Amino acid sequence: MDVTRSDTYPLRRRDVVEAILAGRGEALVIAGLGAPAWDCTAAGDHPLTFPLWGAMGGAAMIGLGLALAQPSRRVLVITGDGEMLMGLGSLATIAVQAPENLAIVVLDNERYGETGMQLTHTAHGIDLAALAAAAGLPITGTVHDQAGLEAAIADIHGAPGPVFLNIKVRAEDLPLVLPPKDGVHLKDRFRIALLGEEAAV
Amino acid sequence: MNTAATWPDDIFRVLLDMDVKQVAYVPDAGHTRLIELCRDSNALTAVSLTTEEEGIAFLAGAWLGGQRGVLLMQSSGIGNCVNMLSLARACRFPLPILVTMRGQWGEFNPWQVPMGQISADVLGLAGVVVYPVDDTARIADTVAAAARTAFDGPGLSAVLISQRVVGAKTFGK
Ligand SMILES: Cc1ncc(C[n+]2csc(CCOP(=O)(O)OP(=O)(O)O)c2C)c(N)n1
Ligand SMILES: [Mg+2]
Repeated sequence: MDVTRSDTYPLRRRDVVEAILAGRGEALVIAGLGAPAWDCTAAGDHPLTFPLWGAMGGAAMIGLGLALAQPSRRVLVITGDGEMLMGLGSLATIAVQAPENLAIVVLDNERYGETGMQLTHTAHGIDLAALAAAAGLPITGTVHDQAGLEAAIADIHGAPGPVFLNIKVRAEDLPLVLPPKDGVHLKDRFRIALLGEEAAV
Repeated sequence: MNTAATWPDDIFRVLLDMDVKQVAYVPDAGHTRLIELCRDSNALTAVSLTTEEEGIAFLAGAWLGGQRGVLLMQSSGIGNCVNMLSLARACRFPLPILVTMRGQWGEFNPWQVPMGQISADVLGLAGVVVYPVDDTARIADTVAAAARTAFDGPGLSAVLISQRVVGAKTFGK
């Protein structure tokens, strides 16, 4: 395995996600496939978290659809750098729609963790927050440490968005904490929790 | 294309009747009028995409939030969607797709032919119920039928609007 700078980044992804979700309140959460979904589950499985088991490149767009359909609710997308890189065009689509209630959080370990820790483009300096800023998202930034994380968490939950925060996290292989994987169940429990019993199929 | 065609207006009325709130699209010349109607409407939101697969994820999110949507594209966009269709399949998200066909009736551009010729098969393999239509008078009720398949199923459906209806592009030749 390549040795790179992300091996020693101070922020640990499970702590980051737990800190973000501790203040989730009424927020609706989309968790990107693989490790970000496991991180969200480790922080506590929740009917209003929709964890992805596929759909690579689609997490931010699911967040956009949800944010437009539910303008009074905060929508958080928590995903990986590899997943975000597969859907970069969606940053432009999201910037055009500009929902204030959407926040995208990338857990950037500079690796495709789930598939064997191969380097992603961010390991070579590609700056996701700069791409989001260039697309025109009003609040963007890269977080490297605990102080930065605390400021970022306030923006994630409260700033008029779309917010895009790229959080540099240590590259680490953690124990799996798996959410339910039946898609129909995940969809139905989410809709029932959000919209009521009659929203089941 | 026949600019006086009314089938796009007919489709638009079906979308309003079906309580569709989100229309996601990558433009095609054949969808010009329908996209204009959607963009001008206050009853629904028209969302321009950078690639068609974005639309599948987008409409999944809208449905999680309680809203119905449809996806508009030309046939070449089907190729851009294949893996993302797994999201709609695995979770049974309702997904009606309205496709204007290229690479079929009198196609001028050979680069459109490969995808146009496999569009229905690809959709079928991906588990999408396919409704081809080549009669302008039947487009609106075909869209209504496909929308019911999608929303009542819930499931995936696609209306393939023939190039015969849309008109073969000739680049002035
Ligand atoms: C379309 C598609 N291509 C490839 C994969 C394989 N795959 C699954 S997870 C993953 C890596 C995700 O990396 P990242 O989003 O950075 O998450 P990390 O595990 O690093 O936190 C890949 C490549 C897939 N599931 N779908
Ligand atoms: Mg990663």
